[in-house]
Amino acid sequence: MTDAELRAAVLDSLAEVAPEADPGALDPARPIIDQVDIDSMDFLDFLVAVAERTGVEVPERDYAAVDTIDACVAYLAGRVGEPA
Amino acid sequence: MTSTFAWPAIPKAPRPGGAEPNMPDYERECETFTWEQAERELDGLPGRAGLNIAHEAVTRHVRAGHGGDCALRWLPRAGAPEELTYEELERRSNRFANVLERLGVARGERVFCFTGRIPALYAAALGTLKHGCVFSPLFSAFGPEPARQRLEIGDARVLVTTPALYERKIAQLRGSLPDLRHVLLAGAGEGGAAGTESLERLLGEASDDYEIPATDPEEPALLHFTSGTTGMPKGAVHVHQAVVAHHATGRLALDLHAGDVFWCTADPGWVTGTSYGILSPLTNRVTSVVDAAEFDAERWYSTLEEQQVNVWYTAPTAVRMLMRAGAELASGFDLGRLRFIASVGEPLNPEAVVWAEDALGLPIHDNWWQTETGGIMISNYACMEIRPGSMGKPLPGVRAGILARDDDGDLLLRDGEPEEVGPGVEGELALRPGWPSMFRAYLGEEERYRRCFAGGWYRTGDLARRDEDGYFWFVGRGDDVIKSAGHLIGPFEVESVLMVHPDVVEAGVIGKPDPVAGSRIKAFVVLREGAEPDNALRREILALARTRLGPAVAPKEIEFVADLPRTRSGKIMRRLLKARELELPEGDTSTLETA
Repeated sequence: MTDAELRAAVLDSLAEVAPEADPGALDPARPIIDQVDIDSMDFLDFLVAVAERTGVEVPERDYAAVDTIDACVAYLAGRVGEPA
Repeated sequence: MTSTFAWPAIPKAPRPGGAEPNMPDYERECETFTWEQAERELDGLPGRAGLNIAHEAVTRHVRAGHGGDCALRWLPRAGAPEELTYEELERRSNRFANVLERLGVARGERVFCFTGRIPALYAAALGTLKHGCVFSPLFSAFGPEPARQRLEIGDARVLVTTPALYERKIAQLRGSLPDLRHVLLAGAGEGGAAGTESLERLLGEASDDYEIPATDPEEPALLHFTSGTTGMPKGAVHVHQAVVAHHATGRLALDLHAGDVFWCTADPGWVTGTSYGILSPLTNRVTSVVDAAEFDAERWYSTLEEQQVNVWYTAPTAVRMLMRAGAELASGFDLGRLRFIASVGEPLNPEAVVWAEDALGLPIHDNWWQTETGGIMISNYACMEIRPGSMGKPLPGVRAGILARDDDGDLLLRDGEPEEVGPGVEGELALRPGWPSMFRAYLGEEERYRRCFAGGWYRTGDLARRDEDGYFWFVGRGDDVIKSAGHLIGPFEVESVLMVHPDVVEAGVIGKPDPVAGSRIKAFVVLREGAEPDNALRREILALARTRLGPAVAPKEIEFVADLPRTRSGKIMRRLLKARELELPEGDTSTLETA
C-alpha cells in the first residue's frame, strides 16, 4: 500500500469509530485524542479497524507510536505487507 | 456458577515489616464499631459549629501542624509533577470560597465542575463545600446533552470549566440555561469567551483567609448524578455528615494510614473519584496522586513505581487492560511500596484477582457500593481472606441483606414485609438505612426516592447472593441499566438521542458483554421506511449520537433491525434484545407482542 492509501485507510478507520470528526480539520501531527473526543474503547476499535484495512495489528506496547495520524501512517508503512 | 468458590481462597498472612492494618480483626470490629464513635475521629467545626467536609479534609490538618504535608501530587500529561501541600490547598480553596462569596452565590446553591483532572478542580470542590454550596462534578467525556440535562436538573448557579470544554460543549447550551449565572474558566488566563469569567483572575483578587460558617451536618454538600432504566438522570444528594463514612471507609476498607501515598484512578466526574479521589484521602491525611492522563499500561506502572504508591484504588476495566498488556511489562517495575490494592465499579472477575497476585505481588480487594450509598458498603479487607470473585463482607456498621424477589423484579412480601433469603439463594441486595453517607434525596423527585425503600430496607437494584460464611457475590443488575467501563448508563437517555435522527423510528439499547469494559453500549435501530440501511447512514447516526452524548455514553455499535420486541404495554424488551445478541434462550416470552 502507498502512503496515500495508508492515510486514507487510517482516516476511514477513524471515521468508522468517530464519524463526527472532520478529517479536513484534523492536524495530522497532533495527537488524535487532543482533537477528537474518543475514549480508550474507541481507540482500541480504531486499531481494530486499521488492522482490518491494512493487515497490521498494533501491539499494546506500540500504542504511543500511533497517537497521531502521521505517526500511525509511518508506523504502518514500515510494517504493511510483512508476513504475520 | 454452582460452587461458591470455584477459585481457591487467598489467605492473609501478616506481611513482614508491613504496616499493621487499621482493622486487624473484622469480626471484632463489627462487634465494637459504631458510627457515633467513627464521628469522634473527626474534629467538627470549632465552637461546636457543626460538621463540614472541607474542614475535616483540609483545615483541621493545617491547624494541627500538618500544613506542610503533601496533599496532592498532580501529574500533568507531560512534564514534571506539581505538589500541593495541605496549606496550599487550604489557601486555594479559601480563595475559591471567597470568590463564591463575592459573586453572591448563596448557601445551598449548586456549583458544577466540568473539567479534566486539574488542580483547580480540587480547590473548587473544597472551596464550594467551605462556602456551604453543593458541589456537583460532571465527567469531561460527557457530550453537551448529558451535561445540559444535569446542569438543568441540578439548577446550576456556577460552572467551573476549561476554555476547550466550554467552546465545544457548553457555549451552545447557554441559551437553555438561564439560571446558570457564572461560568468560570480555568486556564483562560485573563481572557475568555463572552459570558465567562477568568477563574485565575477572580482567585488572584480573592483573600487567602476564609472562616467556614456553622454547618449543619444534614446540609446538602454533594450532588452526584446516576442513571435509571427510564427517564432522565437522577441527582443523588449527599450531606456533610457523609464525611464520617468517607473517613471511616478509607480507614477500614482501603486501609489508609496518615502519610501514605494513595492513588485513586477514578475521575472525579463519578462518585468514586470524588469520595475517594478527593475527600477520603484528604480526611485521612494521605498524599493523593492525581494523573491528568488517560490509561496507558506503561505510564501506570511507572507511576506506581516513581510515586511510590502504597495504596491503589482502581477499576476492573483498567485491571483487564493491564492483563492484556502482559505480566512481563509489570515485572520491569519496582512495585515494592504497594501494600494494598482495591477495585470498584463492577465485579472484578476472579482471574483478575489471581493474576494480580502473580503479576503485581498482591491480590486485588474488590468492593461494592453505588452513587446512592456515597461510600464503600461491602468490601474485602486487608485482614480478611479473599474469595476471588466475591465483593466481600459488609463494612462494620453496615447491615446488608438479600431480599426475595419475583421474576418481574418485585419484592416478595410475607405479612406485608420483604423477606430475607438464606445462604446461596439469589435475591436483591439491600441495606438497612442509617449509614452517614446514604443519599438523602433524588433532587426534585420525592416519589422516585421513596420507591428505593421498602420495609426498612434500601433497595440497591443489584442481584446478589451470600454464602454460608457471609461473603456477598454479585449476580447481575436487576434492571436494564448498563455498566460500561464502570460507568452507569441509562438506556433511555441513549435511545432518546438516537431517535432525534430523522431516519430513526425507534431504538433499543443494551450492554453487550465485553472482555475489557464489562459491557459496551449497543443500539438496535429501526429505520423509517425507505431509508437505506447502509454504512453511510450508520455513521451519520453514530456521529449524531457521539456529538450529543459524548464517547462515554454514545453507543459503540449500531445494528439496523426490522423491529424491536415489545411487551403488550409497549415497553421495549431490552432483556430479549440482549438474549438474542448473546444467542441465549429467550425465556418466557408470554408478555411479548407476537412478532
